[in-house]
Amino acid sequence: MKAAVIVFPGSNCDRDLKVALEAQGMDVTMVWHKDTTLPDGLDFVGIPGGFSFGDYLRCGAIAAQSPICRSVVDFANKGGYVFGVCNGFQILTETGLLPGALLRNAGLKYICKTVGLKVETADSAFTSEWAKGDVINVPIAHHDGNYNADADTLARLKAEDRIAFTYTDNPNGAADDIAGILSENRRVLGMMPHPERASDEGHGSVEGAPMFKGLAGLFETA
Amino acid sequence: MKARVHIMLKNGVLDPQGDAVRHALGALGFDGVDGVRQGKVIELDLAETDAAKAEANVKDMCEKLLANTVIESYTIEIV
Repeated sequence: MKAAVIVFPGSNCDRDLKVALEAQGMDVTMVWHKDTTLPDGLDFVGIPGGFSFGDYLRCGAIAAQSPICRSVVDFANKGGYVFGVCNGFQILTETGLLPGALLRNAGLKYICKTVGLKVETADSAFTSEWAKGDVINVPIAHHDGNYNADADTLARLKAEDRIAFTYTDNPNGAADDIAGILSENRRVLGMMPHPERASDEGHGSVEGAPMFKGLAGLFETA
Repeated sequence: MKARVHIMLKNGVLDPQGDAVRHALGALGFDGVDGVRQGKVIELDLAETDAAKAEANVKDMCEKLLANTVIESYTIEIV
């Protein structure tokens, strides 16, 4: 399975994501934001966490307009698998690949801690290794993770079973406790918590690893 | 020509920063502040000399980058 991880100025979880993907046997290429094309024959694109462009203007806004993001949007629109974590989730909402937006945390504080996440659907390549209702513990580290969308969008996400994860104890004021959502074709996932930081024994937890295992498995059987 | 863009969170979108400012004002003894909304102002120096063209151009900038119209509204002032 061939994967790419996009690197923006200010990305800081890019190598963590690479390591988590490689641990599942993926061939990972790091792609700089100024590149205009993705590597050929790609199966998966990861957009890492961090503070791309210093969070200037709005978190993820500048990154979403970078040259490579046009290719990422094309890749997703052609049915490619895309995963955005933390700042990557913010970037995906700014590109319009995922609905809604991430606002400042309701408590105004940057929060860095491990939180409980409930798996809301097992019906995606990202969550297939879990069962609906499973609870996993994964770190969050963000200042702007308060997911917000209008009532119609929230109702639609729910009706289409596109809420991937919810917080068991909402840390940031996110609407409907939403921690991660899927695109309409279920191949784009954005989430604030960091499964790649709970994917190695050295992290003290491997509770996030099944996500990458599920993805890798999809391409082994294909 | 200068353009000034005012960007605010849409009505109904929670503004935790505005709310924190409201609380701080109350703590300072400023009574009667029922609500605070915090936004931003962006000033642009434009080469364009035609006001109508400038405004159309800035509107395009707002839609594509300056505002996130999912949560924000904007107004444009040509100065």
